[in-house]
Amino acid sequence: MFDDLRDLYQEVIFDHNRNPRNFRVMENADRQVEGFNPLCGDRLTLFLKMDGDVIADASFQGSGCAISTASVSLMTEIIKGKTEQEAEELFKQFHEMTTGKDEQASLAAVGKLAVLAGVREYPARVKCATLAWHTLDAALKNERKSISTE
Amino acid sequence: MTNFPVAKIRADFPILAQKIRNKPLVYLDNAATCQKPNVVIDSISHLYRHDYANVHRGVHTLSVRSTDQFEAARIKVKEFINAASDKEIIFVKGTTEAINLVAQTFGRANIKAGDEIVVSRMEHHSNIVPWQMLCQQTGAVLRVAPINHKGELIYDEFEKLLNDKTRLVSIVHMSNALGTVNPVRKIIAVAHSKGIPVLLDGAQAIPHMPVDVQELDCDFYAFSGHKLYGPSGIGVLYGKQALLEAMPPYQGGGDMIRKVTFEETEYNVLPYKFEAGTPSIADVVGLGAAIDYLNEIGMDAVAAYEAELLAYATEQARQIKGLRIIGEAGHKGAILSFVLDKIHPHDIGTMLDSLGIAVRAGHHCAMPVMDFFEVPATARASFAMYNTKEEIDVLMQGVKSLIEVFG
Repeated sequence: MFDDLRDLYQEVIFDHNRNPRNFRVMENADRQVEGFNPLCGDRLTLFLKMDGDVIADASFQGSGCAISTASVSLMTEIIKGKTEQEAEELFKQFHEMTTGKDEQASLAAVGKLAVLAGVREYPARVKCATLAWHTLDAALKNERKSISTE
Repeated sequence: MTNFPVAKIRADFPILAQKIRNKPLVYLDNAATCQKPNVVIDSISHLYRHDYANVHRGVHTLSVRSTDQFEAARIKVKEFINAASDKEIIFVKGTTEAINLVAQTFGRANIKAGDEIVVSRMEHHSNIVPWQMLCQQTGAVLRVAPINHKGELIYDEFEKLLNDKTRLVSIVHMSNALGTVNPVRKIIAVAHSKGIPVLLDGAQAIPHMPVDVQELDCDFYAFSGHKLYGPSGIGVLYGKQALLEAMPPYQGGGDMIRKVTFEETEYNVLPYKFEAGTPSIADVVGLGAAIDYLNEIGMDAVAAYEAELLAYATEQARQIKGLRIIGEAGHKGAILSFVLDKIHPHDIGTMLDSLGIAVRAGHHCAMPVMDFFEVPATARASFAMYNTKEEIDVLMQGVKSLIEVFG
């Protein structure tokens, strides 16, 4: 019945929505930033534990739609063990994949995050997928204030 | 269903006869904005093709024609809401501007530090923020009447808020997020017994029920054309003449003046005192056409038909496991706001769109309502006179299917 949506709602997205990874409050986090999408009311808090410039641990709390929950869940998995610079580079590629011109090149660069490429066709949903990454970007820049997609 | 001529009405709305994502469009976002019948579209096009010029300006033929049609629309609005005089009909951009106008003219002139303005918990942001701005400017205090878990105003608590410091009650006639219709006659009567004027935000109520401002005895009534099957960018502020006469003007400019020198300006009479600048002429004419169209159908018939639609939709929705209706007031207009267990409204919105169904997913510009029900957002199906029982079936089947997919 929802054949048209198969690219947007891939099974991996349903899986991460049902069982989000790293969904917990982190005690003694080095960075903690709140992200907010006023359009739909999605709210998340991202926690990072740093080891020098390496992201030693990442977790989140909050509520959102399937796309935003899957996006932040996948992100916390993929950024663990990455340096700040590598994570920023991934953000750039992810952004390119969801909104940019060079979809193919970025698809190769983002690995398993490619399951979120379907949002390109749904402009109203792009922000659901990118909220996690904008929040990460703020956390890496050590901005402790809340960030918003609007 | 009654003998309401829904098939004939649907045929008057060209946008409805299309497919979205290869499915027949089911447009259920009418509380956000309504679609337009041919007569409205044609009236705008006709004006621009044949009769358009600026109003209240020239002696030339086109200006006279434009002015005649513009002022004829004002009379239509006056009759539609049964105002006492066409001087009480002020054309504005929409409900939002109407409320801001009252806040910045009546409010600035009459509301001082320590005075109180009473609103309710179910207000749209456009009936909250203008008063917060006024409070910041004047030092007045905004008081908020609570609601219960059915989404009804707690009337006794509302009444307790009225005191000798209350300068205005500004309350929604029908809630856009919940569908609740407030007991406005009672509200107005009790406020007036204490000498307090009342503004009604009629943005949602106006397309769903007959509105008679004299019978209601409200002091101000605000509504938008685009929710009344008319054009966007045009709306109406009704105000009692004595109040409007006493209020300072809103914006300064052309048309709102009688005589200007650098020493002094004499303001124009009502309603022009509040209509600075060239108005949205074609949209006013279009609004007049929408009112003619609705008068032919009859607002009583519209209200009765939509009540049947809402009853049917509510009954169907209650049978869906995991669906919770947000807003179950005893007196409701044709709005069904709901949430589903573990499925975010935004996902509901996208999935229904893939079936050709347009619903709104979000906070509906009523964040305090969302906070009250402890939900980030809701999905909202809002009905209009051109919707059908069959479309409600399509909606309900879509909701059942997406619950299965999310599993």
